[in-house]
Amino acid sequence: MKKYAPFVLLAILIAFPLVVQNSYYQHLLILVLMWVVIGSGWNMIAGYTGQVSFGDAAFFGTGAYTAGLIASKLGLSAWWGMAFGGFTAMAVAFPFGWICFRLRGAYFALASLALNEICRHIATIWEDLTEGMAGILIMPTFLSKIPYYYIALALAVLSVVMVQIVMNSKWGYYFLSIREDQDAAESLGIDTHHYKMISLNIAAFLTGMAGSLFMNYMGFIDPEVVFSLHDISIMAILVGIVGGVGTVYGPVVGAFVMVAVHEFFRTGFFGFFKGLAGLTGSEFLIVVAKYIGQAHVLGFGILVVVVILVLPNGIVGDWNKIIRKLVPMKNKGVAT
Amino acid sequence: MILFRVENLIKYFGGLAAVNNVSFEVQKGEIFGLIGPNGSGKTTIFNLISSYHPVSSGKIYFNDQDITAYKTHKVCKSGIGRTFQVVKPLGRLSVLDNVIAAAFAKVRTKHEARDLALETLEFCELAHRKDVIAKSLSIGERKRLEITRAMATKPKLLLLDETAAGLNPSELDAAIDLILKIRDRGVTIIIVEHIMKVIMTISDRIHAINFGQTIAQGTPKEVADNPAVIEAYLGEEYAHR
Repeated sequence: MKKYAPFVLLAILIAFPLVVQNSYYQHLLILVLMWVVIGSGWNMIAGYTGQVSFGDAAFFGTGAYTAGLIASKLGLSAWWGMAFGGFTAMAVAFPFGWICFRLRGAYFALASLALNEICRHIATIWEDLTEGMAGILIMPTFLSKIPYYYIALALAVLSVVMVQIVMNSKWGYYFLSIREDQDAAESLGIDTHHYKMISLNIAAFLTGMAGSLFMNYMGFIDPEVVFSLHDISIMAILVGIVGGVGTVYGPVVGAFVMVAVHEFFRTGFFGFFKGLAGLTGSEFLIVVAKYIGQAHVLGFGILVVVVILVLPNGIVGDWNKIIRKLVPMKNKGVAT
Repeated sequence: MILFRVENLIKYFGGLAAVNNVSFEVQKGEIFGLIGPNGSGKTTIFNLISSYHPVSSGKIYFNDQDITAYKTHKVCKSGIGRTFQVVKPLGRLSVLDNVIAAAFAKVRTKHEARDLALETLEFCELAHRKDVIAKSLSIGERKRLEITRAMATKPKLLLLDETAAGLNPSELDAAIDLILKIRDRGVTIIIVEHIMKVIMTISDRIHAINFGQTIAQGTPKEVADNPAVIEAYLGEEYAHR
């Protein structure tokens, strides 16, 4: 059954927009698919190669701005960004990796965090090019969400398949070796710097593509949105950790969970607190209802603590553990 | 035929000369023992050969090629495999995957790498543990995995760093058998070892160092009888009896 699960999921995802016409749910699924792409990229460099990146937004934002600038400065269709976004993100990743892969572990993570902030500041300050905080606005190509949905789906499938192919090759073994022990990897004839660069550039490419898609889909970007530390970089890490670090389908599951959690908080538990505040008239609940939408980062934090305590390998990584916990309960239920 | 030689190798850590003017030559097909008390610079010499540390001065030649400036991975690719004294298994991978990762140094496709890995595991008598996660191996098996992994890169010269330390007597005999088997395959071996039973029985020639300097060189018997070696190991009073 486990073998067919991806195909069943794919079939459901292909049929989804034809069955569910509600554009809100379609919107949510587009976001999920976009996060599958970003999560897969993060998983490649951090999950498989062990070089934890806190700066995925640098690649995401570069991809998004590539699409935005092609539209606003060159007057071409922003869809050209889909062709170039991945490569411009690689152009950012290349010098960064070249220099910063001399650092190991937490120091590399901090460097990637700095990259994130550098990119955000450049996008904010270089107003001649990026319009600064005013952001870039383009006209969406399609009114319906369905074309975006299928493009996002294609990109998500591409990234999952790509991860699977890479991880079954020599590269995959080399990435895992580097994650497990860099010194041992070197002694086995692995040019660790070279292969870390490959891994980072694959990750940057996927994340940049997702950024271009985001620009095309949302129609508006500014530095705070696409270079956001907590909404992009940290979210990418959470997608990976919740789903399962170093598993092919981890980012897929993680994307579903994280977009749901994000949306749950953004809407104030689907209007629950607003309703409750209105009903009781309590001052406290009115304040809660007002700020709960901004508290998603707090929610993320709690979720990560719970996941690390209960499922340290993520939902996919600890799937057998979850099943074992659930199945005896089922059996007991049948017996009584 | 001389396969490998180091000339006037010097390595300073700060002001301390960890390796001070060491030279030796290794013949093709021999087992070359490197002995010395703790902290005498044996592992440092290995780290210099495999380029974990840059040399302060001196030259390293392999197959008449100057490999002094090679990077670690290139040293391996040129045909020098090594094991670590403190074993470094790729912990969360299976034993087979550990060896496959190493086998990719010499073959291209996954199929070939798998075949080479299985063959090497068979040769090193670790095939029965191939599906076990590497970090759950016992210390003896981990040391064996180190050797297996190094062998999967098809080295011409193998550097063994205390592969017998921490083994029980029966494992020790098995380790000696394996090392001799590797030598019989045509692989030249440089071995660092503290256990005299191992080094004295298998080495063709031994090079003894202390405080980073050469104190003796020759056959196991010659080195064992050398006063400077006895002094280094047992203290001055034993050397003059």
